[in-house]
Amino acid sequence: MEITNEHMVRMLTQMLRIREFDERAARLMEQARVKGSVHLYCGEEAIGVGVCESLRADDYITSTHRGHGHLIAKGGDPKRMYAELFAKASGYNGGKGGSMHLAALDLGIIGANGIVAAGAPIALGVAFASQYQDNDRVTVCFFGDGATNEGAFHEAVNMAAILKAPVIFVCENNGYGEWSPTATQTSVADIADRAAAYGIPGVVIDGMDLAAVYEAAGEAVARARSGGGPSLLECKTYRFYDHVGRDFGVLQRDPEEIAYWRARDPILLWRNRLEELGVLSSTDADALHASVVGEMEAAIAWADAQPDPHPDALFTDVYTEPAA
Amino acid sequence: MSVKTMTAAVNEAIDQEMARDERVFVAGEDVRVGGPFGTEAGLHAKYGDKRIVNTAISELALTGIGVGAAAVGLRPIIEIMIMDFVTVAMDQIVNQMAKMKYMLGGQATLPIVVTTHAGVDSSSAAQHSGSLEAWFCHVPGLKVLMPSNAYDAKGLLTAAIRDDNPVIFISNKRCLQTSCEVPDEPFALPLGVAEVKREGRDLTIVATGRLVIDALDVAETLAGQGISVEVIDPRTLSPLDMDTILASVRKTSRAIVAHEAVRTCGIGAEIAARISDEAFDYLDAPVKRVGAPFTPVPFAPLLEDRYLPGKAQILDAVREIGLTT
Repeated sequence: MEITNEHMVRMLTQMLRIREFDERAARLMEQARVKGSVHLYCGEEAIGVGVCESLRADDYITSTHRGHGHLIAKGGDPKRMYAELFAKASGYNGGKGGSMHLAALDLGIIGANGIVAAGAPIALGVAFASQYQDNDRVTVCFFGDGATNEGAFHEAVNMAAILKAPVIFVCENNGYGEWSPTATQTSVADIADRAAAYGIPGVVIDGMDLAAVYEAAGEAVARARSGGGPSLLECKTYRFYDHVGRDFGVLQRDPEEIAYWRARDPILLWRNRLEELGVLSSTDADALHASVVGEMEAAIAWADAQPDPHPDALFTDVYTEPAA
Repeated sequence: MSVKTMTAAVNEAIDQEMARDERVFVAGEDVRVGGPFGTEAGLHAKYGDKRIVNTAISELALTGIGVGAAAVGLRPIIEIMIMDFVTVAMDQIVNQMAKMKYMLGGQATLPIVVTTHAGVDSSSAAQHSGSLEAWFCHVPGLKVLMPSNAYDAKGLLTAAIRDDNPVIFISNKRCLQTSCEVPDEPFALPLGVAEVKREGRDLTIVATGRLVIDALDVAETLAGQGISVEVIDPRTLSPLDMDTILASVRKTSRAIVAHEAVRTCGIGAEIAARISDEAFDYLDAPVKRVGAPFTPVPFAPLLEDRYLPGKAQILDAVREIGLTT
């Protein structure tokens, strides 16, 4: 697949923005500046970026509790994301949702979700609406390996297959469902095999390889957009940190396992590739990284200065009032 | 104006709103053939597969179709065939559609109607007979409607479809078979407004769904004994029109609350508590609740009859507060 140099650099930038956003979100959570908790996307950046770079601005995504990466990849603004994590009025959700409910409907981001697999039936509904409205938008449903053990996932994939709904089910198999290894929870080695039960394509992808994700996502998106129906992409990846925050303290993972996957850091692999291809020099890459760090520090400072929600915000947005 | 069954009134409301607004569609199990109660009869022939979406037996996914489609501008009617089946769809109803607007800081507008059929009828036993309306009244973000006749059903369902919030529309199965005069043209009743079904001086009976029919019968019976009963049908259970109920209780000084659902933690408990809170000084007797006993719905007809609250239980309550002997 042809990717322009500019696009390759943009995808590196997007992965770096997600990484640096979440590294800071983790530390800010430890300092209790981020309210509640965060589920970190570090290690999984190639998936969100590879998939969302295959989408148009008017396409849709549904996300998960581990959703910061999806938002940034789909165009979310780190300033407003940090503001939401800080529970500020200028956050995407006005300080009423937090990390697990981040959404930006005007960007086609239907929302993160605190309920595992709940995004699948919603993504089905959004994709159904595209058919109904006769537009050619597609919907990507991101979810983890654990979600594929929920009934909601199976109901939604079956119904999407029946309706030939333009939805791409993207499984981020990071090896763990909360604090339990995937193998202890999931009956198949490859979750992509579950696609066969619904008569749709299921593909296993190296989720640390941005190019592989981008290529597979492009095919699935084209298929969905042209009326070919849903696909299931299983991206094998690894959660660099714990289920919640960097180290919640209940799960001991094998250091060798962590080292193996750290060596396959999707950002490292992509950066090396771009340097080998001569797309950018090591110095350029360092400068890019530094500029991303600067962007995130500025976003944090902006978010920090935002106002708290008005106390009466407690009572607003429960219902939609009739237009006057 | 013509005489219609509540089933026909529901069907007409859906039909007329679908004709009026291209964004309205129905998704549910067996809606292609009109549904087991006939509430969608004839609609597939008129609107086709696109707008009468016959889904798999997947209550969670079909409710998700409603949430997702509403989030991007459609106005879904999601049919859950039997109210007990809502348990399968609970996450999409309670965690998603009810909370989404709030959690997203107001970004989402979710004009969804979940229609369902509730109540005891014909030995349907414990998983096909439930009246679970109180569960949804406990969830901020939802509106809950329960009409007791064909006229109200059409007006309330029309209003629900036009409303920009998630609405649970509950038809009692026995009420569906009743008939009354209903306008042929589209009309909407206001949500959150109770109706005084019969005026009276001595006792207020607040009844919902099928129990409205029983309460009106009891009121007629008691009128013959010189007792004047006011019957109020809230029609909308959430938000509840307490003003109408309290005005009545301040006049009559006595109240009975009656519903088919299990009495414990039913909507009657909320209404009774609020009458006690807000009209205590006007009361001449404790507020009595009529509802089903704390058991699952039984199968055997003799047990089902014993289970089902109705006129006898309302009359017992009238005696308990000392109005008759």
